[in-house]
Formats: sequence, structure tokens, C-alpha cells
Amino acid sequence: MSLALETVALCKSFGALAATREVSLRVARGARHALIGPNGAGKTTLINLLTGVLRPDAGRVLLGGTDITELAPHTRARRGMTRTFQINQLFAGLTPLESVALAIFERHRFGRHWWRPLASHTAVMDEAAALLQRFGLANAAHTPVATLPYGRQRLLEIAVAIAGQPHVLLLDEPAAGVPEDERHEILSIVKGLPGDVAVLLIEHDMDLVFSFARRISVLVDGSLLVEGAPDEVAGDPRVRAAYLGEAPLG
Amino acid sequence: MAADWVRRIAVNHREWVFWIVAIALPLLFPGKLLLINEIAILALFALSLDLLLGYAGIISLGHAAFFGVGAYAAGLLAKHGLAEPLVGLLLSAAAAAVLGFLTSFLVLRGSDLTRLMVTMGIGLMLLELANRFDTITGGADGLQGVVMAPLLGLFAFDLAGRTACAYSMAILLVLFLLARRLVRSPFGLSLRAVKANRLRAVSVGVPADTRLVTIYTIAAAYAGAAGALLAQTTQFVSLDVLDFHRSADVLLVLVLGGSGYLYGGLIGAAIFKVMQDWLAAQTPQYWQFWIGLLLVVIVLAGRERVAVAIRRRWTALTRRFAGEPTP
Amino acid sequence: MLTILFDGLAYGMILFVLACGLAVTLGLMNFVNLAHGAFAMAGGYITVLLMSRASVPFLLCLPIAFAITALIGLLLERTLYVWLYSRPHLDHVLFTIGLVFMSIAAVDYTMGAQQQIIRLPVFLQGRLEVLGVSIGVYRLFVILVCGVLVVVLQSILVFTRFGSRLRAAVDDQRVARGLGIDVDAVFAITFAAGSGLAGLGGALGAEILGLDPTFPLKFMIYFLIVVTVGGTTSITGPFLAAILLGVADVAGKYYVPELGAFVIYALMVLVLLWRPHGLFTRRGAR
Repeated sequence: MSLALETVALCKSFGALAATREVSLRVARGARHALIGPNGAGKTTLINLLTGVLRPDAGRVLLGGTDITELAPHTRARRGMTRTFQINQLFAGLTPLESVALAIFERHRFGRHWWRPLASHTAVMDEAAALLQRFGLANAAHTPVATLPYGRQRLLEIAVAIAGQPHVLLLDEPAAGVPEDERHEILSIVKGLPGDVAVLLIEHDMDLVFSFARRISVLVDGSLLVEGAPDEVAGDPRVRAAYLGEAPLG
Repeated sequence: MAADWVRRIAVNHREWVFWIVAIALPLLFPGKLLLINEIAILALFALSLDLLLGYAGIISLGHAAFFGVGAYAAGLLAKHGLAEPLVGLLLSAAAAAVLGFLTSFLVLRGSDLTRLMVTMGIGLMLLELANRFDTITGGADGLQGVVMAPLLGLFAFDLAGRTACAYSMAILLVLFLLARRLVRSPFGLSLRAVKANRLRAVSVGVPADTRLVTIYTIAAAYAGAAGALLAQTTQFVSLDVLDFHRSADVLLVLVLGGSGYLYGGLIGAAIFKVMQDWLAAQTPQYWQFWIGLLLVVIVLAGRERVAVAIRRRWTALTRRFAGEPTP
Repeated sequence: MLTILFDGLAYGMILFVLACGLAVTLGLMNFVNLAHGAFAMAGGYITVLLMSRASVPFLLCLPIAFAITALIGLLLERTLYVWLYSRPHLDHVLFTIGLVFMSIAAVDYTMGAQQQIIRLPVFLQGRLEVLGVSIGVYRLFVILVCGVLVVVLQSILVFTRFGSRLRAAVDDQRVARGLGIDVDAVFAITFAAGSGLAGLGGALGAEILGLDPTFPLKFMIYFLIVVTVGGTTSITGPFLAAILLGVADVAGKYYVPELGAFVIYALMVLVLLWRPHGLFTRRGAR
């Protein structure tokens, strides 16, 4: 089994608080992998370590077998790992079409081209438009991002990450805050992601997790507690204990 | 959708009207050529700040540093034998660009506050330098003996300012068109993305630092070109080109016209200079007070609202001339 | 050598008194108040006027300068500044530069552009020989006054109810509001006190720093350096930064006069290259 993303004994502490302890996570190519854990288990810290926002105290991160531990965040994105954010991180002042086009331009390393106007890059603009179409955002292509309804913004959040055609996609609670009747849209988008993309889903919503993931890792107190197929994890007494120790399943 | 985009980048009617009016101004007011020259130079300077503030979100309190370096470079080149204006302009802009490139690394990191301190500090440092090395710069007396060769070997710089005015306007137009290309390109898009949300821009692969260094360098070159134009067309450079006031004034100019659409600096420069021309005639000494009051009032009234009002008035005016239907 | 250290200390102490109000304003409301120097100038001119027009003794002028500038600060904060807190930094910068320009022109108009001289009382003039070191009496006085102020400020911050509210508000405004702390009132008082301290600093420093209408512009960069290098999370940071700046500036101007003010700019650049988020800021602070 070839790995898309791997961490080796990753550690990170903030002062006396060990947020990540010896985490060794393996995500296969084309995986549908979920990372769950109670609040404060260190999920966000782990994502920040993977994407390079934080530097680990020890351990390594490998993307497609190459060590990327020392690489800057933007280089990791260029190497094929993109992410969405739990709290929308969109470009106020840009339109959805521009936001998606930006990611495509960077994928092609066109970002420093300064002579030809955006529109003359027809291939890129068409691809951006097609992507918005797929996400049901075509009619909002020119609406300023800030004025989109929250559910649409959530979709755009994923569209921008997908536009980079990643090998590894990190989805940080994609359905967070989305009302019940709009969740199916997010769900179908997530399920319809290309099969060769390894998806690591960080989620509280257990319905989403169990309908999507073929493999689940459970993070508790900064370390990996259990990893396995969904039914194994669901039946594991240690997982139950970890969750029951806290609030009921989100 | 593609057609929609083509429409968005083509030079629209209103832009044509703007430039026709701009080019007609010297013909309409032949007695005000020196003022129009100054407006063009200030407009170029403000355009340079717009690239930084409007497109990359970098606040600067010391943009005069690059203006001043450009001015002294142009003045010194001419004084020491290189009197060809265009070559001098190019070299001066390059000198400012080098300074911009070197100092950009200090501006990259840190908050707005550190940027304020660093940009202001660099500006003051250069002023101090120019003051100390008065054997080179002429110090407080200014750089004397700047003599320019005729432009393109054909047009001598005259006292009425005909050549000066045409020269500055032409350079402004060329550099404006270049900037217009720049901000509408993928590069410009990535700048706006970094300004809007640096974290996200980086996570789709935008090398934010590299982009900021690039635009800072380009903006410095533009400011340097503006300074060079001032030195060449007035054939004099004084310490005043590096003064803090110049940095503050250009901020005001940009705020007057509105930032982030390139024309703001140009419109702001015209308003500012005409106002200065008028007010300075009334109370030459206390011009500064009115600038201050204007800043305070603009901010309290809402910067956006003032700029939008000015822009709307402008749009209505040019629409009428362009024969477009008013909505 | 020791004399320079001593002069630098006095200079740095004054810079701290001048700038500490700015540090708190920044830390509390994230408001960039470039007009802080205008309050200092006001304090200086109030002292000059009181002494020359009303023959008020110098020592009495100091508290009056504090009180009047604090009052001006309070008025401006409640009427103008309060509208701008939620605006972007660019608005703060433009607005306060506007205030600086207006104050400069207004002072120039009413008082003239020349340097103002404060006639110190006789007992503060002259020099002392202490252990072979020549010490200016006035500088000693300045160090004592500022030293007492630092201790008082630190005690207020640490030991009083108001101080703990202020620290809570700086730490996390939202939480502080949730705890029922009237953050607006805390800020108004702090702003007034900060302005007053600037005024006091202006009055004390007129002799050492010089006083003319361009004062707010001339020292703007010093204030900025103090707060960026020192950080805004405590008052010890700005204090150390101010002392460092004062000593470096005095020593630089003494030993390498031809370089003049370069020393502090170079220092600023070095600090930034070394620690982009300031020398005395806590690591991991937001």
C-alpha cells in the first residue's frame, strides 16, 4: 500500500501542554480517512502541523514519501496538499470565480505572470467556471464572497481547496455550522470527490464520518488511541470510554 | 462567461474620457502647465502607493524614501554629466527599486504597527543621510546645478513647462497602463488574495512573501520614477523630497480618491494640488492645518463614503461625456 | 562614560513616561495613536505659559500639566476617538496624523515656531560631583520623579482593583466584558491618564528634549520604537525599551556624532531582524 501522507512520531507542546504526542498517522492514496476525537484532543494542532502553520518539536511529515517537515506552507500546497478551514477563510473582495481561479493559477505556477490579463487565460477561467458549476455556485460566480449565504461560502471553501487538484485534501469540519437541510449538499460534494485524492476528514458529525470514512483514527489527549475500519472503531471500548468521559457524541 | 470577462478588461468608455480630459487639460489651461506637471508627478507617486496599500494592504508612513532616492539619483546623474532624461529616469527608478527590494524584508513580517515604524524609520534615516552628506546632496540648500538635456534630443525643457508637462504626463500614462496590466493579471489577483486573507492565500500555494517583496520593489521603482520626474522637470532637488510630509500627503491623496482601483491616486492628486494651490494662496503658512483638518474630517465622515462620493460624481460626469446612459 | 549612561537613563525615563500611555492604548484598544506626542507638546506648552504668564512655580506646573492634558485626552477620547476603535488601522493613522498636523499648525500660529525655554528653579540647576561622576541636578530630579512614577504605575497595575480590570481587559476584551468589567470606562480612564502622563513627560522633558511646534512629529518615531520593541502586553517591556533607546541615542550622539540619529535606526533594524515581534514581548503572545 503506497502512502499519500504519513507522519512519524510527531510531537508538539505549548509550554507544559503536550498537544501532539508521538502521532504516527498513515493515510493511503485515495483514502477516505476520518480523524475524530473529543474536544481538545489536538485535532486542529495536528492539521496545523501537517500544513506547516506550526513547526513540530520532533517527528516528521511525509507527503507521497518525501519529507516535507521543513517546507513552508505554500510549498506544501504546491506539492499537492490543500485544506479547508473549520471557520471560513475566504477572500473578502474577491468573487468566487476569482477565488477558484487563483488556486488554479497557482497550481500552474502562473501566479507571477503579470502581463496577460486574467480573462485571456481562457483555459484557467473555463476550468474555474466548470468547477463552480459542479459545486452549484455558477450563478454566484461574480457575487462578492462576503455577501454569499453561509452554506454557499462553505461550499466555496471546499471548491477553493479542490481547485488546486491536491493529492491530499484535509477537510476540517466541512459541515460545521451548516443547517440540517443544507448538509446533504456538503455530503454529496465530499462523497463525489475524485477517487485518487486521499481525503482526511476531521469531523464532529458522526453521521458524516460513518457515511464517508472507510478508515477512522481516534485522537485522544494528543495521541492516537485507535485506528481501524469504522465498525471496529465504533465497537472499541476504549473509544467509548474516551467519548463517554466527555460529552455525548456530537 | 468568457465574453463577460473580456468586457471587464477592455478599456471602457469612462477610462477613455478620463485620459482625453487629462490630455486636454494642458491645452485648456496653458497658464497652469507647472501645476499640471506637479499633479502628474503626485499622481504617479500616489499610484505607486496604491499598488502597495490598495492591492497588497501594506500601510507605509515613509513612502517618500523612494520618491526622494529617485529625485536625488536623477538630480545627481544630471549634475554629473548624465543629462539624458529617459536614461536618468530609468536609472533613478532602478536605484529606488534596489532600496525597495532591500527594505522589503523588514516590512514583510510583523503587524501594521511594526510596518508603520519601519517605513517611517527608513524615511527618516534617508532624510538624515541626505542632510549629513551635504557635500553630495547640497544639504539644506538643495542640489544646485541640475541641467537636463533636451528630451529625446529634440525638446528642451522650457520655463513655461511645456516639455515638462508633456514628459510627466507621458510617463504617467505609460506607467499607469503597466500598472493596469499588473493588477489585472494572475499576479495582481494573487496580491489581492494575500491582502484579503494571507493564511488562505498561502494554503492554496501563493508564496505570499515573494509576492510582497515583488510588489514592494515595483512600488518603490514607481515612487522613484515620480521623484526623478520632479528633479528633472524642476531641475532642483531639496531635502523636502524626503520629508515626512510627503509620505503623509500621498496617503491623504490616495484616501481622497480611494484606493484599490488605480484611478484614485490620479483623481486625488488633482483635487489635492488644486486645493493646495488655492488654499496656499489664502494662508500660505497654515496649509498644514487644513491638511490635518481634512484628514480628521475624512476619517470621521467615513473614508469609504468620501471616496465613493467622489468616484460617483466622477462616473456621472464621464458617463455624460461618453454618452453612456446613466442608470 | 558614566555620565553618558546617566544622561541616557534620564532620557530613557522621560521617553517611557511619554510613551507608556501609548503602549496601554495600543494594548487595550489596538488603537494606533500617532497623535500621542501632541499631548506631550500640550503639557510642555502649558508649563511654559503658566511659568511665563502666571509665574506659577515649576514644581506646581507639573501636576497642572498632567491634569489639563488628561482632561483634553478624556474629552477627545469621548468625543472623537471612541468612534474609531472598530475601524481599520489605516483610519487610526490618518486621523491621528491629521490631529498632529492641526496641533503643529495651531501651536505655530499661537506661540511661534521658535524653541521654548523653561526657566528651571535655581535648586534644579547646576551639576553635582558624585564619586567622580559629574551629574546634572535636573537629570537626577527627572530620574527620581520618573522612577517614582514607574513604581506607582506598576503598583496600580498589580495591586489595585482598577489595575486588575485593566490587565483583564488587555488580556481579552471579550472575556473582560463578560465578567462585567466596564471596558469602555476603563479605557476612558486609561486614555486620560496616558495623555496626562504624556503631558507630564512633555513638561519634564522640555528642558532635555527641546520644545517647539514640531515636537509631535520629531518624537513620533521614538514612541513607535518604544512600543514595537517593548511590546504592549506589560509596562516593563516598554520601560526597558525606552531605557535602551535613551542610552543608545545619547551614547550614539556622543561617541559618533557624525552618525547622529543613525544609531537608533540601526538598532531598530537589528532588533527587527533578530526578533520581528519585538524584544520584550512574550513568546507565543498573539
